[in-house]
Amino acid sequence: MGIIEAKKLIFEYIRRDEDGNVEGITRAVDEVDLDIRQGDFVAILGHNGSGKSTLAKHLNAILYPTEGTVWVDGKDTMDEKYLWEIRQSAGMVFQNPDNQIIGQVVEEDVGFGPENMGVPTKEIWERVEESLKAVGMYKYRKHSPNKLSGGQKQRVSIAGVIAMHPKCIILDEPTAMLDPNGRKEVIRAVRALNQVENITIVLITHYMEEIIHADKAFVMDKGHVAMQGTPREIFSRVEELKELRLDVPQVTLLAYELKKSGIALPDGILTCEELVQALRGVGKWQ
Amino acid sequence: MAIILDHVSHIYEEGTAMEVAALRDVNLVIPDGQFIGLIGHTGSGKSTLVQHLNGLMKPTSGNIYYNGEDINEDGFDRKNLRSKVGLVFQYPEHQLFEIDVFKDVCFGPKNMGLTEKEVQLRAYGALKQVGLEDEYFYQSPFDLSGGQKRRVAIAGVLAMKPEVLILDEPTAGLDPKGRDEILDQIAMLRKETGITVVLVSHSMEDVAKYVDRIIVMNQGSVMYDDEPRAVFRHYRELEEVGLAAPQVTYIMQELRRQGLEVGTDAITVEEARDEILKAVGRSRKMGGGGIY
Repeated sequence: MGIIEAKKLIFEYIRRDEDGNVEGITRAVDEVDLDIRQGDFVAILGHNGSGKSTLAKHLNAILYPTEGTVWVDGKDTMDEKYLWEIRQSAGMVFQNPDNQIIGQVVEEDVGFGPENMGVPTKEIWERVEESLKAVGMYKYRKHSPNKLSGGQKQRVSIAGVIAMHPKCIILDEPTAMLDPNGRKEVIRAVRALNQVENITIVLITHYMEEIIHADKAFVMDKGHVAMQGTPREIFSRVEELKELRLDVPQVTLLAYELKKSGIALPDGILTCEELVQALRGVGKWQ
Repeated sequence: MAIILDHVSHIYEEGTAMEVAALRDVNLVIPDGQFIGLIGHTGSGKSTLVQHLNGLMKPTSGNIYYNGEDINEDGFDRKNLRSKVGLVFQYPEHQLFEIDVFKDVCFGPKNMGLTEKEVQLRAYGALKQVGLEDEYFYQSPFDLSGGQKRRVAIAGVLAMKPEVLILDEPTAGLDPKGRDEILDQIAMLRKETGITVVLVSHSMEDVAKYVDRIIVMNQGSVMYDDEPRAVFRHYRELEEVGLAAPQVTYIMQELRRQGLEVGTDAITVEEARDEILKAVGRSRKMGGGGIY
């Protein structure tokens, strides 16, 4: 069994009018099956309202299934006695870093999670140090979070999660509010955690170029999984993605446009290097 | 007429050990009808700058002129200025509050003391300008999708008939299609009405696609102020200050480095495609349709 598994997961919420009468039922997640293995880097794409954040909130028991089951590290999220273990195994990072940072000093903020878990003081400091080092923020440990850039704050949020020694981190649009450099810093930190520490990553994003290194991508639409595959497979389906209000990285779109103009190129080109390679020997370029 | 910033500085806690310059000697002319992209890393001074343009913040030194008048002079009608220079904040949908969409959009013009009829005409016009369908007018704004809410918030500012529209990251958190829809709508609005638009953005791709001029802020100063192509030529310097060029710019640079005779000025996918086709000696097949 994988680190996160979902079987026929359904989540419905009840819409009520001003007097509290039931107006209708909305199915936000519709029969989703997931099987995520320890160490995977999984991306979830989907337009606003497609159900991806609702799905993500099931992966560390913030929401519970209406029907179906979710297991985190083998534990059913409906079983209350596992709640804290599940939240520790699967940590969550949200969009706005300012809503997640509570400490007056960076290192205090990062120590908050393990302290709540009852980790002995000496070990808390060890964890704070290793977590800040893992995201490249150790030299800012004595700083006030207020003075950091968006990308730095978001990396502190991630360190706060790592300090709880999770097996899996779920990131819900962690780069939506960041400048280009901040986005790069966060994605680099996330990839390093995945590759060096073998932490499972579930990344939700609207920036297509951030997921090209993922092992697998799921595309959500109307609460269910509309497409799944490697980023290369997904990004080969340019027209379908556009129908789903999504996009492809600029390099992929450029290759797709060149192909439409008659140049023989493979589908799903993901990086600049791949495009340069594929263009060699075309026409006058000898 | 135009907005002119003449040696504008804004220094917090001046004369103390905590002194921080949020703006340093900024000189800009914003003529009517331009579509301007304002970029810079977090903390570079973009938001401070735009809040000076409608008088929400006062410079600690220097002057700002709107249509020739100093906006910080005693007796200048700053309330009126704020309806002329409309500012849409980040995540503006958090500021929606009325029971239905139409009432929410009426709030701004109503506060300007217009007649009921004029208020309603303006609200209707503004909602049409942002492309919201009639069927949503009497729904609660909170029942709309993220992209729709954001449009309602923008309509709330447009209903005051501003001459300058400033948008602080209007597409943050929207899906790719939602991003294109909002920006296309703004581009069309500007074409139809000749309104001046200042777009604050972290997306270099969006800025490259839409604006006529880019102002790059760094540490409170204007670092570059030029047409997009000229600004993105400095992609290395931009990276040093936390920014970047659109991905296609890097692709063209790399192709050139590897020996393909392409021009490296492309900043959109269409330009890059045409440039590569030219370089490999193929013309574009006709009838292929546009990209977007």
